[in-house]
Amino acid sequence: MSGNSWGRVGRLGYLAYCSAVFLFLTAPILVIVPLSFNVEPYFTFTEGMLSLDPQAYSLRWYRTVAEDPQWLRALANSLVIGFAATALATALGTLAALGLSNPAMPGRSLAMSLLISPMVTPVIISAAGMFFFYSDLGLAQTYPGLILAHTALGTPFVVITVTATLSGFDPNLTRAAASLGAGPVRTFRRVQLPLIAPGVISGALFAFATSFDEVVTVLFIGGLDQRTIPRQMWAGIREQISPAILAVATVLIAFALLLMVVVEWLRRRGNAKPA
Amino acid sequence: MRPAVLVLPLAAFIAVTFVAPLLVMLGRSVHDPMVADALPETLGLLRSWDGERTPPEAVFETMARELLKARREKSLGRIATRVNRVQAGLRSVLMKSVRRLRGAHPPDSWREAMIALDPKWGQTRTWHAIRRAGERFTLRHYLHALDLDQAPGGGIIRQPPDLRIYLPLLRRTLAVSLGITLLCLLLGYPIAYLIANAPPHRANLLLLLVLVPFWTSLLVRTTSWIVLLQTQGVINDLLAAVGLIADDQRISMIYNMTGTVVAMTHVLLPFMVLPLFSVMRTIPPLYMSAAASLGASFLQAFRRVYWPQTLPGVAAGSLLVFILAIGYYITPALVGGQSGQLISNMVAYHMQQSLNWGLAAALGGVLLGGVFLLYLVFNRLVGVDRMRLG
Repeated sequence: MSGNSWGRVGRLGYLAYCSAVFLFLTAPILVIVPLSFNVEPYFTFTEGMLSLDPQAYSLRWYRTVAEDPQWLRALANSLVIGFAATALATALGTLAALGLSNPAMPGRSLAMSLLISPMVTPVIISAAGMFFFYSDLGLAQTYPGLILAHTALGTPFVVITVTATLSGFDPNLTRAAASLGAGPVRTFRRVQLPLIAPGVISGALFAFATSFDEVVTVLFIGGLDQRTIPRQMWAGIREQISPAILAVATVLIAFALLLMVVVEWLRRRGNAKPA
Repeated sequence: MRPAVLVLPLAAFIAVTFVAPLLVMLGRSVHDPMVADALPETLGLLRSWDGERTPPEAVFETMARELLKARREKSLGRIATRVNRVQAGLRSVLMKSVRRLRGAHPPDSWREAMIALDPKWGQTRTWHAIRRAGERFTLRHYLHALDLDQAPGGGIIRQPPDLRIYLPLLRRTLAVSLGITLLCLLLGYPIAYLIANAPPHRANLLLLLVLVPFWTSLLVRTTSWIVLLQTQGVINDLLAAVGLIADDQRISMIYNMTGTVVAMTHVLLPFMVLPLFSVMRTIPPLYMSAAASLGASFLQAFRRVYWPQTLPGVAAGSLLVFILAIGYYITPALVGGQSGQLISNMVAYHMQQSLNWGLAAALGGVLLGGVFLLYLVFNRLVGVDRMRLG
């Protein structure tokens, strides 16, 4: 970059600005972590915490959460709904992405716009519509209702990640497999699937993260029995704000970091070969 | 033929679980048969009413009969609520009148009896309101959502200024979304440039920093901002400890518009950085060097050479952030307080609190229409198949 004309002051100012933006992106999330170990029921740093007094830190809030049947129930609900929605979304989304990546697909961009639309539609509108429609079908306040809703919201991510992987896919490989006598199912299992696996797994993780973090459809079509972790946090933030939320948040941050690292690793593995 | 077969299951699934609900919602915004079903004969008689004088005895008699029947069928409350939404104050008139008429001896004149119970029965406005509430298909929710009303004689008028709620809210939503989009561009463009021009190893690390908030639960991030910004929160504590503000003059940075803007910018910034980065990555740094070697200053080279090449990324990121911002619900609901609410929060309010589902659906329809138009623009300009995650 143009070192001389820019000048050192400008460059330093630019780097300081960028650092501030990175701080803005990450610091608010990280500040929660130490606060979740606060022995006092406060949402801010106590003097003891600042002087690193071990007495000021405790696992008290983690214990509270681990012993609270409501949180445990919410975790079970989140996992059940998340896994079911992920399985459905991944299967449907991968199939659709295979079709969309075929140049012979008619109305490709129209189909793509339809399949991506749940991602850009304001979720409050989707949730309101689902409330009306699912209530008429008797699916409101049921697990299947929430699973269907979360599947619909998760499929765009699968479609996007798998189509992205397939865009670097050499169609001659499929033809080669066919010419060697493999049927379509076998070609898919032995040739296509191993190559697009990173995209499929990334898509599945995106779909799971979407469901695991979704609160609006749970608010609208979930009953008391279907309270999930985000729903429980929502109640916690709105009604009885307690530092137990910070403990849950810290666990969720660790979980998010794990998902992120796996997806990034998969993405780089997928991109490693020259496209 | 084969690729379409592969797409079909998901297309059908989305049509049933996602598109059908939206259509049902749009249906609700124009279709409400409740009152029409409960008062069929009254509404039939009102159809031939001239609208200028108090209706004849037959209308009163039928109305009383049908209202008493609705009361037995436990639907009177819902009917009264709907009539009340057309004209405030009529709910209590209906409820009170039915309570008095029930069990009383059939009067000689229902008309006189009902006007004696409440003079509003003698006003033509009341009957106009009942007639409008009885429309099976109606545009009144959309009129309401746009702060308009139908004049008794037909024609469309604006609501009195103190009743105009939704247009100002819509304007506020658009203004806030535009502001957040600009903020994201201002914050995101420089760091996208930094990442795109960093050596691969460092670029990967910096990209992870952008992705951390992208992956972190929205509720966790919202909680973070509450912890940081509230009056007894980390930032105010810090400012007070350093002595920049007095302890009793802590700044309210949350539960108002500031909270909404800060938290939403944080949430949406990755959606700006990622498209910018993917465009900038393809621009060879040589172009800027070439411009500099030809004597362009940095600003000239940036404006004439670099910026135009990043425009596709700017368009993609800005449209995406704007589309996501205008429909945002969770963050304003949790940290917006009274002044930081957006149009989505009004949809939720009418869905869950006031239970005026027709109006909620109409507001949702207006928002959906806006998002749909923007999505079309996005599709034309960027192409939905070029969307990438990370």
